[in-house]
Amino acid sequence: MNSLPDFVLVSAMLFGIGVYGLVTKRNALRLLFAVELMINAANLNFVAFSQYAPFATPGAALTNGVGQTFVLFSIALAAAEAAVILAIVVVAYRLHRDVDVSELNSMEG
Amino acid sequence: MADVIFLAMMVVTVGGALVAMEADEIVYGAIGLAGSLFGVAALFFLLDAPYVAVFQITVYVGAVAVLILFTVMLVRTEKWAKEVPAKSLTELSGVLTGLAVIISLALTVVASNLSGDTTLQNGATFLDIGKLISTDFAPVLEILAMVLAAAIVGALTLSRVDREEERSA
Repeated sequence: MNSLPDFVLVSAMLFGIGVYGLVTKRNALRLLFAVELMINAANLNFVAFSQYAPFATPGAALTNGVGQTFVLFSIALAAAEAAVILAIVVVAYRLHRDVDVSELNSMEG
Repeated sequence: MADVIFLAMMVVTVGGALVAMEADEIVYGAIGLAGSLFGVAALFFLLDAPYVAVFQITVYVGAVAVLILFTVMLVRTEKWAKEVPAKSLTELSGVLTGLAVIISLALTVVASNLSGDTTLQNGATFLDIGKLISTDFAPVLEILAMVLAAAIVGALTLSRVDREEERSA
């Protein structure tokens, strides 16, 4: 059977890849991918820790449910966030014919 | 058996994430992201959280990934085929930062005594999650509904304003 550190390590790898993408990529869609990966790493940690929680007294299922409930809300929030970002990407593309974030500097002071 | 499935899903998750970041064509990147999200859903199944796993597949793989694919195809140009590679200094600092995050988190896990709790607790059932959502977290649910509505209306408004600007330009 798998133990808690296995899942936490997978989550750490996802998060690290997300950080790498945020630092290096300049395409707006790649940045969205990176943010989604980091959100998923956080969600994975939520569920993993709630399922293995040593403080959860046996029989008290509600304690385990809280982590899963948080993740449900987090997924819904991430979906809304993705919709807004994609709308911004489409608008930026229509205005600039490009989605390179270093080129989108028309609001620069 | 569970170990083999876990390893396979770990490879799918991390490999999909790498494809999402590094694929030359951004369409393949979007597909890699969908694969990675699917791998996370499988890990949720392994964690004995089937409701979250199914929710993840429905919302992420079903809705968000398809939405991203549509956007990619809407805004794809030839220019993207030859995406400007980042400067090597940026690339190096990105790799170093990512590795530093992974290694520090991994060392934290190794140094902790998390491996002591190797058994899954009693998983929460659908009933427990439903009770939580409709009692303790009911205000959160309603606020989330408003946030979703505001986000969708905002996204629609963004595209509409742009169309008017294009006409006047």
